[in-house]
Amino acid sequence: MTAFAAPTTETAVTEAVRAANSQNTAVQIIAGGTRGRIGSLRSGYECLDVSGVAGITRYEPGALTLEAKAGTPIVQIEAALDAENQMLAFEPMDHRALMGTQGTPTIGGVVACNVSGPRRFISGACRDFLLGVRFVDGQGRVIKNGGRVMKNVTGLDLTKLVCGSFGTLGVLTQVALKVLPRPERSATLQFEGVAEAEAVGIFCKAVSTPFEVNGAAWQNGAAMLRVEGLETQVSYRLGALQNLFQDQNPSVLEGDAHRNLWAGIRDIHAFAQTEDTIWKVALRPTAAPAFIAAARAHLNARAVLDQAGGLIWLAVPSSEPDQARVVRDLVPAGNGHATLVRGTTDLRCSVPVFHPQHPRLAQISEGLRAQFDPKGILNPGLMAG
Amino acid sequence: MSTIEMPKPDRSVIDRKALIVDALCKVLPSDSVIFDEHETRAYECDGLTAYRCPPMVAVLPRTSQECAAAMRVCHEMNVTVVPRGAGTSLAGGALPTADCVILGTARLKDVLEVDYDNRIIRVQTGVTNLSVTGMVEDDGYFYAPDPSSQLACAIAGNIAMNSGGAHCLKYGVTTNNLLGVKMVMSDGEIVEIGGGAMDAPGLDLLGLICGSEGQLGIVTEATLRILPKPEGARPVLIGFDSAEAAGECVGNIIKSGVLPVAIEYMDRPCIRVVEKFAKAGYPLCEALLIVEVEGSEAEIADQLSRITKIARALNPVEVRVSESAEQSALIWKGRKSAFGAMGQINDYMCLDGTVPVSELPYTLRRIGELSKQHGLDVANVFHAGDGNMHPLILFDANEPGEQEKAEAFGFDILRTCVDVGGCLTGEHGVGVEKRDLMTYQFNADDLEGQMQVKDVFDPTWLLNPSKVFPLQVSAQRRAGRS
Repeated sequence: MTAFAAPTTETAVTEAVRAANSQNTAVQIIAGGTRGRIGSLRSGYECLDVSGVAGITRYEPGALTLEAKAGTPIVQIEAALDAENQMLAFEPMDHRALMGTQGTPTIGGVVACNVSGPRRFISGACRDFLLGVRFVDGQGRVIKNGGRVMKNVTGLDLTKLVCGSFGTLGVLTQVALKVLPRPERSATLQFEGVAEAEAVGIFCKAVSTPFEVNGAAWQNGAAMLRVEGLETQVSYRLGALQNLFQDQNPSVLEGDAHRNLWAGIRDIHAFAQTEDTIWKVALRPTAAPAFIAAARAHLNARAVLDQAGGLIWLAVPSSEPDQARVVRDLVPAGNGHATLVRGTTDLRCSVPVFHPQHPRLAQISEGLRAQFDPKGILNPGLMAG
Repeated sequence: MSTIEMPKPDRSVIDRKALIVDALCKVLPSDSVIFDEHETRAYECDGLTAYRCPPMVAVLPRTSQECAAAMRVCHEMNVTVVPRGAGTSLAGGALPTADCVILGTARLKDVLEVDYDNRIIRVQTGVTNLSVTGMVEDDGYFYAPDPSSQLACAIAGNIAMNSGGAHCLKYGVTTNNLLGVKMVMSDGEIVEIGGGAMDAPGLDLLGLICGSEGQLGIVTEATLRILPKPEGARPVLIGFDSAEAAGECVGNIIKSGVLPVAIEYMDRPCIRVVEKFAKAGYPLCEALLIVEVEGSEAEIADQLSRITKIARALNPVEVRVSESAEQSALIWKGRKSAFGAMGQINDYMCLDGTVPVSELPYTLRRIGELSKQHGLDVANVFHAGDGNMHPLILFDANEPGEQEKAEAFGFDILRTCVDVGGCLTGEHGVGVEKRDLMTYQFNADDLEGQMQVKDVFDPTWLLNPSKVFPLQVSAQRRAGRS
């Protein structure tokens, strides 16, 4: 890919986008380059490298807020937070292992793709922790929205609109995030030898308690529950959950084993070393077991469950395009969706990567893109249904 | 008396009232269309009572289809529509114009689905906030956003304004608890966005709709996240001699790793009034904090001991940990009755700016200075954990010129909030009240970007067109309609 520009300031981003706009040059926005294989396939575009627009601009631990330029590496943000015993509570997935990419994940990439992790079902997604943004739209306008305060209903929430728009509305230059205290203690209850239906039963029971389970996942025949908080909270909650599930007699994991387990669930290590096609399927948790059983029967697929059963990572040992129809037919209509996350070039060219939307919603989305990027020069086609 | 302008009503629309009423009555049950001038008066204002104007017609549908039918008529006949929930907006979000149709959700009262296994409730949006919790609390669940008007306010309005409440430090605001909507578009088409599955594909239209003040569509059904109730909750009351010490205490608690479910703040003028009214036994000091934590007894005791240790290091005038349900109720009684108590002694205007938590002491000092300049008293009671301030400006509405004086004072406070890195409104919405200050927080491109989003959803600007954006900023778009 040829480099179009590599700006290091917001002003330079503006100039680069204006140039692209006047020359009708479509650009692919890139910073760390670790998530570039997500979305519909495009090629031949020149590259707008914004990794130089980087640096933490403000961090107020007592206000639980952090502001950074979009190209700031996640490791840099996490190191700063770590020094104050705080964290990004939406624990963004690192896509490198699954996607086979190199490079340095950045906060802009996380926000552009609305990347979250196992706490999503209870603590929220990236979009729930995003307080404000600055971005350069396809006409080279700098637009700010939101701010750096936790409660803000001033005007339309373009912050959420931009989060997860994969760069198709504008080039992010700065983001403000809500952060949270790092838990004093964190532990896992592990249930061995359970099938998907039993796992979802465990999740439903566990997350209906007041014990604030904030991780509930299943892989390789084991279901896992995570509890976090102050020392007293974790020991109390572990005890209460062990009592609740005394018939299943779950074991307790802590320390490195616990941390590695949840990093592996977050980053889908179970499927990283395979050649399988990977789908991300969201549905109501109670619909997950039937979906997995059917996907196993029809596609010989394997599954990892996350987010208390509301998220299925599906590995299909095939590159046949027909699997898209099979997977999407299995999703309960109106109550779920399936995204192709990893697939061969041929597959990504031949099936919609994102779950097809209702025509009116697709029309609204196209209308919004036309407002902010009328010439379609920013990551064009990336979110095509 | 009013300083907030509304556009002149369109005579050509009002002249067609009979035709419009006829068209609405053809597609709706006759009791759903209210057009008698005595009856439309019931919809002349919301919680911002200083501004009133009866609408031309009010429509109260019972289903999404009826709402869509009414919207289609208005679209075809080029009539502006002001959506209305329970009419509790403090920002004038539901303020009508004389040429508009009010589309109210008051009769959309059905609970459509309760799904405990997936922790979801689906309701029509005319149900009140508190009744959502009411429907699930016997089974151990609750709906987290808790605006102080929760007894009366409707979910429709909560979604329109992205309402918050006292407990959002831990649980977030409406947008963090809303999973899906059914919405009537400005041309009457019904769309569904989101639902039981998280993170719908495509652009985050749900996030855009929540907090859009009824300008993008009329939300008739909502899928909401419900949560298991905590085992218990207990507050501690902490008094300080200075706003600085209280502000530092808030920051230190948050930094310590304890995440209280609420941190509420009251200043001396507020304490004085509240104490007379509620007799909660509050110490008369410069700054009072009520910090509440949740969990089992052991968890509560541990969190409260950490919080009181932090507070004691800052020389508090009082630290009172609740020891019983009665004491908890008493500590909360004063805070919960603050607005009512103020109303007993004075007219007041309630503001809603948010500032970074680190700027609380400065902002309070500045409000004090402005109070002297404007010659009006002010009392502060607010959610300190997230910096969402509620200065109550006290004035006499019967005294000529006082309303304008209070508004000018309020504008100065809100400008201060923006100056220190905050925003005009944390949970009440812009409505008409803060509309003319939008250019202070946003530049022309920022506002143009927001209006371009409305253009996509509502190309002819039929929905709540005179709100949020200053009239001169939106003039061309509104004029494009006629």
